[in-house]
Amino acid sequence: MAPVALNHYLIVAVLLFAIGFFGVLLRRNVIVMFMCLELMLNAVNIALVAFSRFNATAGHPMMDGNVFVFFVITVAAAEVATGLAIIVALYRRRGTVMADDLSSLKK
Amino acid sequence: MPEVLFYLFAAMTLVPALLMVASRNTVNCAMLMIVSFVGTASLFALLQAFLLTVLQIMVYAGAIVVLFLFIIMLLDVGRVRAVRGGAGKLVCALVFFVALAACPVLAILSSRGGAAPVGEAVPAASSAANFGMLLFTKYQLPFELTGFLLLAAMVGVIYISRRAPAAEPSEAPEAVEK
Repeated sequence: MAPVALNHYLIVAVLLFAIGFFGVLLRRNVIVMFMCLELMLNAVNIALVAFSRFNATAGHPMMDGNVFVFFVITVAAAEVATGLAIIVALYRRRGTVMADDLSSLKK
Repeated sequence: MPEVLFYLFAAMTLVPALLMVASRNTVNCAMLMIVSFVGTASLFALLQAFLLTVLQIMVYAGAIVVLFLFIIMLLDVGRVRAVRGGAGKLVCALVFFVALAACPVLAILSSRGGAAPVGEAVPAASSAANFGMLLFTKYQLPFELTGFLLLAAMVGVIYISRRAPAAEPSEAPEAVEK
């Protein structure tokens, strides 16, 4: 088996991002679309940590990618809280969380 | 051994993600998302970012998924009705999926930059002490701004989720009909 290199991690990240994007396009439930957005953020995190790890040397530990992931996780937490509050408000107002039914801007 | 672990964790990240996209039950989606997040955390551990592993499990697999589950059960939208006329959408999404996955994968495979195997372990590069040091020196301003962002998010959520005085009558009947 080939030793695991940066490429392997990047391919996992790309696939995870693509799966997330696929879900956002495919699903109609706003909550599931939102979960897929989280998957995409996770994919980016994998790529950042992998780059950070594989560019590190013993004298110069590259921490910047890791710190960036730290910020991404924090912002994702804030984003989820806000987004879910918006979904709850939407549900109260319109009684649905299906994206197809939220089409009042089309009419 | 690390190769086996890598493929195991990669599968643990990707397979539940795919199942999640395909699953019809929203609660199952949230459960599969936990597995996917734990797989991601394991990949972080393989990359020796141990603090991020802990954070990933605590924040994502813990707080965020619990929040999702709470909202799913609050709104009682666990089961989704069957979609109608979804074939065109599925084809469109599949085309985007293949394009988005294939182009970068081909580019990565054809590049030689990252193909070299990793050198020996960088000792304790991503320890919590290093993290804290960077957060309070180089990244102090973003760190403080993040704290402010969390405060703003909290205030915003409280404002959004307060009970509205009265829904506007023009929109309410329409929603009930559907």
